[in-house]
Amino acid sequence: MARLEVLKTYKLYIGGQFPRSESGRYYTPLDQAGNPIANVSLSSKKDLKNAVVAARKAFGAWSERAPFNRGQICYRIAEMLEGRKAQFIDELIKQGYDQTQAEAEVHLAIDRCVYYAGWCDKYQQIFSAVNPVASPHINFSTLVPMGVVGVIAPQNNGLIGLISTILPCICGGNSCVVLASEKFPLTAITFAEVLATSDLPAGVVNVLTGSEDELVDGFHSHMDINAVVYANGHTENATMLAKGAAVNVKRLFVYDTDFSDESAENPYLIADLQEVKTTWHPIEQVGGATSSY
Amino acid sequence: MIINTTQTQIPDFRQTPNVDKVGVEERCARFQTRSLKGDTKIDGLKRVLSMIDLTTLEGKDTPGKVRQLCYKAQHLHDAYPDLPTVAAICVYPTMVAEAKKALGSSGIRVASVATGFSSGQAPLDVKLMDTRFTVENGADEIDMVISRGRFLSGDYQFVFDEIAAIKAACGTARLKVILETGELGSLDQVRRASDIAMYAGADFIKTSTGKIQPAATMQVTYTMLCAIKDFYRKTGIRVGMKPAGGISSAKLALHNLVMVKETLGVEWLTNDWFRFGASSLANDVLMQLVKQQSGNYQSADYFSID
Repeated sequence: MARLEVLKTYKLYIGGQFPRSESGRYYTPLDQAGNPIANVSLSSKKDLKNAVVAARKAFGAWSERAPFNRGQICYRIAEMLEGRKAQFIDELIKQGYDQTQAEAEVHLAIDRCVYYAGWCDKYQQIFSAVNPVASPHINFSTLVPMGVVGVIAPQNNGLIGLISTILPCICGGNSCVVLASEKFPLTAITFAEVLATSDLPAGVVNVLTGSEDELVDGFHSHMDINAVVYANGHTENATMLAKGAAVNVKRLFVYDTDFSDESAENPYLIADLQEVKTTWHPIEQVGGATSSY
Repeated sequence: MIINTTQTQIPDFRQTPNVDKVGVEERCARFQTRSLKGDTKIDGLKRVLSMIDLTTLEGKDTPGKVRQLCYKAQHLHDAYPDLPTVAAICVYPTMVAEAKKALGSSGIRVASVATGFSSGQAPLDVKLMDTRFTVENGADEIDMVISRGRFLSGDYQFVFDEIAAIKAACGTARLKVILETGELGSLDQVRRASDIAMYAGADFIKTSTGKIQPAATMQVTYTMLCAIKDFYRKTGIRVGMKPAGGISSAKLALHNLVMVKETLGVEWLTNDWFRFGASSLANDVLMQLVKQQSGNYQSADYFSID
């Protein structure tokens, strides 16, 4: 007897939960033959707002985790991805990849998680500095995370772009609200399920699906988003973000990178989302500058 | 304003009506489906601000902290024109004089938690002394806690007498009676405690101290509003309501206003008869108001911390 396939509902990922869009809307991406693949939530500005609230709530504790522990959790994400490899390959194929492409992208994605997991407790040493100053002070600069980062992920792939923009962000102790590729939303939500089972605290990563043109305005106008990563190559939207970001002087990073390339794997993506904090600490001049004391 | 006094005709509190829990939950769920938009929302938000008892009840409170809170009460967000002030400042008895001085002639009242707050585990003499001290220091409102232990063991007479004695000690100060519903166990008990408090002379009944979870859930508040309605029908005396603890979002506060309006009517929608006991609600309401004005969702970074 023919079995009726049970189709999965692809919902949003906000604050560790999987709610539908508060607007109740959805859209239906098509496969290459023009058949509907699934119903996917079409996020509204209010969903974005809810996601920012969740991200803000999660930020404090996440940024205070020991970097080593953040590394462990990022590595755990890689482990969980590895375990569900088949599902990701399957969904990429559903969305129009061929077998080889799909396998290559999933493998690359897993390796990239491991790559950034390794950086969690190392980027600070590389980018921090003790600065020479002409007064009796120790002066040092260290990196502190920016806060809530809005990420608009690359449109042209289903997994590697998403992971390559999320990982540097959380690796450095930020929390984020991510708008997944409108064309390839399935793997984004399945990745959210991986995150939900990877010891990552609720709200550190929030995943929305929907239309970039509708939500881009919300990303730059929200006063509680501290930085925006735009990796989607729409010049018009990038310009709009740059103008709108002035409202609370958010940082904006427009990446025009091919994330499937190895060059996209670098710690500067972590450093981008950090502010430099410089501290002046007085030192007592017991015996004078040239003393051998 | 009709002032409540200790009633002489009192019902048998063992016969207090039972509460239909399922019905209450269903009704509360329906209040939350209302959506207020535009000018109505702005009006509602401003009304919420005017009903807040801005509260600080911590062991680490200092006169400086109280002065700062009093300043905030008078200047909620100066960048936004024509905002109301909050209704009152709520502090510990030892901070009343400081708050009174800091508020001056602003018209903001000083409420204080007398009577061995928050457990209420003190002898009556101590509670009365606490109350008199607080009133003498200038408190306009007294928030007392009931003896939950006595109540739960069925000694309703004791609880009634205690409230009546404190009421007498309050003089002209209005008395708010805290039931600490999180410790009462069921809505039936909430209803019974509400009745006892109102017949004993409460001017306000209040859900919680803010120290125990759960605090002011909509179900509990609704049960207490219904008790107020029945008391008003029987005696013609208006009693106020103060949910406290756990109401930190503007949305939830607006749902509470809807609930008050639909249960008791518009007469209760002023800060004479309805208050929110809250410390962080004011900022969320302010953020919503500024959002309505500017169109941008706001960040706590741009509002005062306390």
